[in-house]
Amino acid sequence: MKKNWLIATALSAFIAFPALAETRVINGEELAADQTFIYRILDDFKTLDPQLNSDVSGSEVMRDLFEGLMNEKADGSLEPGVAESYTVSDDGKTYTFHLRDALWSDGKPVTAGDFVYAWQRLANPETASEYAWYMELMGIENASAVVKGEADPSELGVKAIDDKTFEVKLINPLPYFPAMTVHSSTFPSPQWAIEEHGQNWTKPGNMVSNGAYVLTEYAPGEKLVRERNVNYWNNEETILDKSVALIINDEAQALTRYLAGELHKTEVPTGQYPRLKEQYPDQATAVPYSCSYFYWLNMSDKGPEALKDVRVRKALSYAVNRDVIVDRIMQGGQTAAYNLTHTATANFTTPDIPYASWTQQERVAKAKELLAEAGYGPQNPLELKISYNTSEGHKKIAIAVSQFWKAIGVTAVLENTEWKVHTENMQDKNYEVARYAWCGDYNEASTYLDLLTSYSGHNNAGFNNADYDALMAESKTIADPSELYTQAEAILAEEMPFIPMYHYTNVNMFKPNLRGWPLENVMRTWYSRDLYLVKD
Amino acid sequence: MLSYIARRIMIAIPTLLVLIVFSFLLMHLAPGSPFTQERAIPPEILANLEAKYGLDQPLYVQLLQYIKNVVFHFDFGPSFVYKDRTVNEIIANGFPITLTYGVLSFVVAVVVGVTLGACAAIYQNSWLDYITVGISIGAQVLPNFVMAPILVLIFTLMLGWLPGGGWEGGQWQYLVMPVIALSTSYMASIARLTRSSMLEVLTSNHIRTARAKGMPARRIILNHALKPAMLPVVSYLGPTFVAMVTGSVVIDMYFSTGGIGLAFVNAALNRDYSLMMGVTILVGALTILFSLIVDLLYAWIDPRIRH
Repeated sequence: MKKNWLIATALSAFIAFPALAETRVINGEELAADQTFIYRILDDFKTLDPQLNSDVSGSEVMRDLFEGLMNEKADGSLEPGVAESYTVSDDGKTYTFHLRDALWSDGKPVTAGDFVYAWQRLANPETASEYAWYMELMGIENASAVVKGEADPSELGVKAIDDKTFEVKLINPLPYFPAMTVHSSTFPSPQWAIEEHGQNWTKPGNMVSNGAYVLTEYAPGEKLVRERNVNYWNNEETILDKSVALIINDEAQALTRYLAGELHKTEVPTGQYPRLKEQYPDQATAVPYSCSYFYWLNMSDKGPEALKDVRVRKALSYAVNRDVIVDRIMQGGQTAAYNLTHTATANFTTPDIPYASWTQQERVAKAKELLAEAGYGPQNPLELKISYNTSEGHKKIAIAVSQFWKAIGVTAVLENTEWKVHTENMQDKNYEVARYAWCGDYNEASTYLDLLTSYSGHNNAGFNNADYDALMAESKTIADPSELYTQAEAILAEEMPFIPMYHYTNVNMFKPNLRGWPLENVMRTWYSRDLYLVKD
Repeated sequence: MLSYIARRIMIAIPTLLVLIVFSFLLMHLAPGSPFTQERAIPPEILANLEAKYGLDQPLYVQLLQYIKNVVFHFDFGPSFVYKDRTVNEIIANGFPITLTYGVLSFVVAVVVGVTLGACAAIYQNSWLDYITVGISIGAQVLPNFVMAPILVLIFTLMLGWLPGGGWEGGQWQYLVMPVIALSTSYMASIARLTRSSMLEVLTSNHIRTARAKGMPARRIILNHALKPAMLPVVSYLGPTFVAMVTGSVVIDMYFSTGGIGLAFVNAALNRDYSLMMGVTILVGALTILFSLIVDLLYAWIDPRIRH
């Protein structure tokens, strides 16, 4: 009885003086008491070491635990991270970053030396990082020689002028260099912790980090928990206390758990978006995501004779009805693609690709014409093998494509292999037509267009065009290369070394009380410190 | 008996060695490598990686080195894919989880399965028999990858009684659904096996004699029928136990338990050579151990079997 009275008094006090409960309000909305964000990831983390990581889900965690020179805002533009500002030399080859007063989670100051250590570590052959090429991609002096083991890591073009000044020397001027420092492989790392614990330095308790969060729990195959870092320079602005990644392999299972209220965010399984959008219009979202889906056409010497003929390559591309693929198969707001670069990429103007504006009947008619010109028809039928890695989605698209090709008299034989086999065949150019997808490393068209240069290690088509190489080389040297990118896309449409299919979307379910998710970010770059939960 | 066990262990060693050599060679024969990626790794970086993991050595050197590390240091090497974990660590972390839900599922499957099967046989052609046979056929056509999502739909989404997945150190709420999903089909098989073998035993001469002597039914069943009826069941239980405790990929996939089952399958897909070898050796050793235990149990159940 007495207890009930006490509760009643406490309750009335609570109602009468809401200030006592210390409610926090942001943008006119009351915050939830529990600021824990829980989201789903597909697979276990392969590593929690910023220099070794090569996974998307790992990068998300890295961005919370560590902070590099620059951060990305929701709209994809840059904002200062550890570097408060930077200056570029007149020749555009020397960048000097001025670091702010920031601390590691163990209280030590973040210094330019921590960046020097991390960047040398990334390039060092002993680290054997799969992302060591990123140092070469950034065009840092001596990066290639260090990676090859021909120069000592100390010869890499990075220097700590003093504790707060970090200098980088590039081989060539690179206008988008600062944007590349958003990538998690360039984050600083704590030499003392790595030397003390060896490969165990990434374990909770051992890890020292400089981001908005620290690693507090990691149960492999189950979950990873990170909590607010009180030493973070901008901790006062952070609202979210805890960010939890649950590893749920099956996406349908993840959706069930989302609907049961166990998650704030999960991916929408392929083909379910229309249904979920109707049922949960405020939760199902589809936004552009910087990836492009296409079919390589093997025009190298190892490929079939027919694909060396540009008329055949064009015919095969024209025959594909992209609208059917995006509207009937993918059903997640993806857009039909007639070029390589995702149309939502920053500073990129989608060029006028002639066949994009034709009707499908016109395309098919033109395809038949081209094929006949090339000498293929009922007398000389064309048969091609489409290879794809095992997946329901890839299979559906391959079946659709085989139907589209049937309409122009081309027979497609489908071959599915396990992922590693598919990848190896593609890289050895041991295929005829192969499905592929490329996701941007940074928000700039060159991340796509560099792929087709003759010297690119990812050019699986064997496309070799001197004009194209010259355009891409020139684009690295001028401030606004967008016009050159348009010309490059025009060459691709004319030469058709691959069949563009669609541009990706990121299709998710978000709980209605989650705020701050950067939906407009095409790189899917998000930071837990931007998120918060409001009261239901 | 002891010399029999010693002899079996002596045979186990070359068996395991053959297993290691074969899996090692098969694995390296498979197309692709741990470092085959969507974005082809530049040759100079690939060379660094291969040097770090010893893949630049001739295959027989790698194999000998591997066997040496395993035999003399019990070191299964670093994982090729999980960069900051060793295989020993991954197994030490995942195997206890798998063992926990595996043993529990095994106990549930055996206790419930044997009881149901024995009751069905004793009350043959009664409603209890029909229900047991019906349920066990139903359970057998309902594989765990169908059971798992259905369980989560019912207990998590509709009723809200149990968490939809996770492990949390093995708290009971997190164990219920994995155990049900994993044990059901085994339980059904055990029930059917027990029922048919029990029926056979119940019509045998020694039971008829016991009945004729006027022995109480309870004693006949518990002391004289159940034990011989278990013989075919026990031979089924050996491999079943190994299968259950070495991991179910379905359970790990659907319930995010973090066990060794999913790690094993992913190791094969990722070409994580060392992890795949480590789990293969573990499964191999357990299989050998439990087939020995089953053989010893045989002798205890049926005194005619002598080792």
